[in-house]
Amino acid sequence: MTIGIVSYGAYVPRYRIKVEEIARLWGDDAEILKKGLMVLEKSVPALDEDAATIAVEAARSALARGAFDPSRIGAVYTGSESHPYAVKPTSTIVAQAVGATPDLTAADFEFACKAGTAAVQACMGLVSSGMVDLGLAIGADVSQGAPSDALEYTAAAGGVALVIGRNESELCAVIEDTYSFTTDTPDFWRREGQPYPEHGGRFTGEPGYFKHVTNAAKGLMKKLDTKPEDYDYAVFHQPNGKFPRNAAKMLGFSKEQIAPGLVVTKIGNTYSGSCMMGLAATLDQAKPGDRIFMTAFGSGAGSDSFSITVTDRIEEIRDKAPKVSELIRDPIYLDYGQYAKHKGKIRFA
Amino acid sequence: MSVPRFWRNLGSRYNLEGTHCKECGEYYYPPRDTCVNCRRLGKIEAYKFKGTGEVVTFTVIHTAAEGFEEQTPYALAIIKLDEGPCLTSQIVGDPEKVHIGLRVRSVFRKLGSDGERGMIYYGTKFIPDEA
Repeated sequence: MTIGIVSYGAYVPRYRIKVEEIARLWGDDAEILKKGLMVLEKSVPALDEDAATIAVEAARSALARGAFDPSRIGAVYTGSESHPYAVKPTSTIVAQAVGATPDLTAADFEFACKAGTAAVQACMGLVSSGMVDLGLAIGADVSQGAPSDALEYTAAAGGVALVIGRNESELCAVIEDTYSFTTDTPDFWRREGQPYPEHGGRFTGEPGYFKHVTNAAKGLMKKLDTKPEDYDYAVFHQPNGKFPRNAAKMLGFSKEQIAPGLVVTKIGNTYSGSCMMGLAATLDQAKPGDRIFMTAFGSGAGSDSFSITVTDRIEEIRDKAPKVSELIRDPIYLDYGQYAKHKGKIRFA
Repeated sequence: MSVPRFWRNLGSRYNLEGTHCKECGEYYYPPRDTCVNCRRLGKIEAYKFKGTGEVVTFTVIHTAAEGFEEQTPYALAIIKLDEGPCLTSQIVGDPEKVHIGLRVRSVFRKLGSDGERGMIYYGTKFIPDEA
């Protein structure tokens, strides 16, 4: 059976803060940081935005692009590490706001930065088994970085929704296969009730990101008997600009293959939205027949790899909703004080 | 706002669900079960508004009600939806850019919350429609 993406939609809040502005406050060297992280600025949510509003906007954009009856959606799964409620699913809010209720199943996913792609895989399973007609999988976050922590330079806000289906004439991209690589790795966590996450120092790079990304990527290419040259584009989870570039190099993908999906430089790490944002930006410009290799990473830790082929339908639906490049142009810049207010870092007694 | 009161109007708040009279063509937001023009002869159906319209008039709030203090200054406007009905909503973004006749479209935002422990109220606000 053919399974794939019926439609996609992205959302990025309009506000930004520059690396220079955060560095100014903490006395860090902005030039060294920008060079090291390969990130210039990051997105910041408005005062009235959170992971649920971002998920709804991304989902509505996907519905506008796909132009199908929302009552066909049989599953809504929202992946985030910043669900607004500890108990009360974001997915119920999304399902109601897109007009998909009540004939559906819904739940929230959490797996650091790869909760969105885990939701995609769950939808693939439900769709391919025939349990649901269409599945809505979302990755959305208003991620947190503690003041002066290294994560503060990249923890951003944004979301992407993918509608998964099996009706071949409806698919704008076919998902040929997926493969995951998961271990218990203490690279990053946030305890219940804590406002900011912690990271396990040396586990972040090699034992976390690179081990999981490369093993998932190699695993999928082995399963499908493909190699990097078989793909036109590649997207890797982008916690900063450096990691996806290095992962691509380690695996044998070129700079040109990853260029369209590298959106981290201008918006930062949108966590559950990060890898899917790269996919959305790539779908925004891919041609029918192009192949896209995608590997997400979530701390804790695991990676999900996908092999995707774009179909003719992409040309019909692409312009029916804003492209990622349109969403990220014309930002409004905040100073650190305004940013602290937007992120709730200033507490009233 | 009480939780039941919010929940009762969820459709209108999230998705601009109103009604339309098939007899005279009038649109209603919030929804009405009876057409004021046609009375008992009216044929009311559910209708989801497109979410586009224009600013009829507005004010800029500098001294906000409890729960909105952080957002000042912000524009509160009467918006005429393209189908006809008017509603009151916050216009997201710089209030300096709001003017009478401004084209707007609906977005999904947080309307408020009952402190840190209570419910979060989501719903519709409007932003300038620059497209």
